[in-house]
Amino acid sequence: MKSRIKAKGEISFSNVSLLITIILFLSLFIGGSLRYDRFFSLSTFFNLFNDNAYLIIAAVGTTFVLLTGGIDISIASTIAFTCVLSASLLRGGVPAVVVIPIVLSIGLGLGLGMGSIIHYFKLQPFIVTLAGQFLMRGLCAVISTESIPISNEFYKAAALNKILIGRAKIYYYVFITFIVIGGAYYILKYTKFGRSVYALGGNEQSAVLMGLPVARTKIAVYGINSFCAALAGVIFSFYTLAGYSLQNIGLELDAISSAVIGGTLLTGGVGTVIGTTIGVLIQGIIQTIVTYENLNTWWTKVTIAALLCIFIIIQRIISIKAEKKKGK
Amino acid sequence: MNKSKITKNQAFLPFAIFVAILIFNTIISGGTFLEMKIVDGHLYGRIIDIIRNGSKLMLLATGMTMVIATGGTDISVGSVMAISGAVACSIVSGAILPGLGGNVVAAIILALLAGVLCGIWNGILVAQIKIQPIVATLILMVAGRGIAQLITKGKIVTVSSDTYYFINGGYILGIPFPVYVVLFIVIITLLFTKRTAFGLFLEATGCNSAASKFAGINVGLIKLLVYAVSGTLAAGAGLIESAGIKGADCNNAGLMIEMDAILAVAIGGTSLNGGKFSIPASIFGALIIQSITTMVYALGVAPEITQVVKAILVVIICLSQSKEFKDTVIKIFRREKVVAGA
Repeated sequence: MKSRIKAKGEISFSNVSLLITIILFLSLFIGGSLRYDRFFSLSTFFNLFNDNAYLIIAAVGTTFVLLTGGIDISIASTIAFTCVLSASLLRGGVPAVVVIPIVLSIGLGLGLGMGSIIHYFKLQPFIVTLAGQFLMRGLCAVISTESIPISNEFYKAAALNKILIGRAKIYYYVFITFIVIGGAYYILKYTKFGRSVYALGGNEQSAVLMGLPVARTKIAVYGINSFCAALAGVIFSFYTLAGYSLQNIGLELDAISSAVIGGTLLTGGVGTVIGTTIGVLIQGIIQTIVTYENLNTWWTKVTIAALLCIFIIIQRIISIKAEKKKGK
Repeated sequence: MNKSKITKNQAFLPFAIFVAILIFNTIISGGTFLEMKIVDGHLYGRIIDIIRNGSKLMLLATGMTMVIATGGTDISVGSVMAISGAVACSIVSGAILPGLGGNVVAAIILALLAGVLCGIWNGILVAQIKIQPIVATLILMVAGRGIAQLITKGKIVTVSSDTYYFINGGYILGIPFPVYVVLFIVIITLLFTKRTAFGLFLEATGCNSAASKFAGINVGLIKLLVYAVSGTLAAGAGLIESAGIKGADCNNAGLMIEMDAILAVAIGGTSLNGGKFSIPASIFGALIIQSITTMVYALGVAPEITQVVKAILVVIICLSQSKEFKDTVIKIFRREKVVAGA
């Protein structure tokens, strides 16, 4: 009974959070439209997806891990590794149909490995994924420390083919992002596995006592996250048509802050994929506005950090209120 | 009894690993590794290099150990380094506060103050607003480099002041100046944590924050204090870094060094869950990381491999600390024994 009340409280919490996120996104978009000519267009909106397709996928994966109360700081290196490995394999003449499954399965394998170490040896996710981060970044450098261009036909086609709607364009690879968002939404909301993810983050001990497959779930979320990171890497290599070992340093923090702005609680158990997606779009729109304002790019970082701070404090206030309610 | 006391000390294992790495280095280099030269009354040599280059990491590790002992983490130290470097270099070069006339001492004091402020900000978020440490310090980590850029107006500020260079390159009695800084800080923190109740409070806070509160410990103040100390030490490391490159590079100063600092503490055997801690152990942890970097250079392989070595090291050390892993190994070992016996 008690757990049901708690679950209800959490749902309303995530609704409030999501609402704030959506309002923020809309007001940023409207604000930008009022301030600049030509800002208000379908093309601005689509470009948010075009430019952030890979980040959305990575952030969706991170959301899974955060929902269980874990953390994964290896994804940026995984993305870089995927790009470098794909680029070097493609340069060696391996066809794209072979390269993409290889890099995706390496990602999946890495995630499952880290997940197993975290679960079976009861180690801190932070330190295990830190090892993963070092490993992947190191392996990148082992393959090549220079930027490798990609000239494969399939990759070029994937990078350049787009649908035109009026003057707005949307690249084909963005649809992979949509599929990932949709798939993750379905998994988290309608499958047993998804519900176990939330239960695990709510309270691991209860999840064990309820007989949920804790080991499988915990290992799987890290697998999903690293797989998403590898997929994000594939998309990123479409986007840049190159592989470079120092790509995306610190991207894991962008992914985590997107999830937080989107209403995911870092203690686990609360959060949605849709929220995370909007979180990424908010970061994207801030970047766009900073570009329009002709400001230095570091303003983006400062603004995002300020937003992050505000959101975390709002979350604290809401959860303190929820605790008080429970106390009554 | 005396012997078991030494080996039981938390700092023993990291110290032994450090010595092992040094011996390994000596062997592969054919003895040149241990060579030390005195040129103009200054000590030169690989070991001196390790200690001097590792001084930043040792400072950070000292602060990080105390933060981790209370059950927290501070991932903003790299950004704080960038801020302190930016403040100090801008003042010395006269870009900000020209009234001070590029006074180095004033620059150092203000840079350290900036570090204290950053630390207090983290501390307030963690202790008062009760945000998870990783998230709370994430804010400053993201914003810090931006703030540093604001101070330097997006440029790389270079300084030309021999007094300022002294922070990294100076020698006193033949030994590099940063070594004295580290020694001073370590001795002070050791006195504080071993000779006063402060160390006990730290461990209590890390083990069980709620129980400590009921026991009458001002948990909030303790947490605030450790973040402030960590921020200050990070600012100190930032000064050494910027004096080393003779300027403030906001984008790269201390980039990802927070990971190394946490790693140093983990290698030192302090649990990341908080509680029991040892500052000397973390210092050896920092030295191990630094000597691995040097070793990779000495081996003549690509320096980028350091990352892979670090990754393997983290896994080994973490596994050796995991009770579950030890149990598994013991089980496998026993089974093999039984098979062999049969």
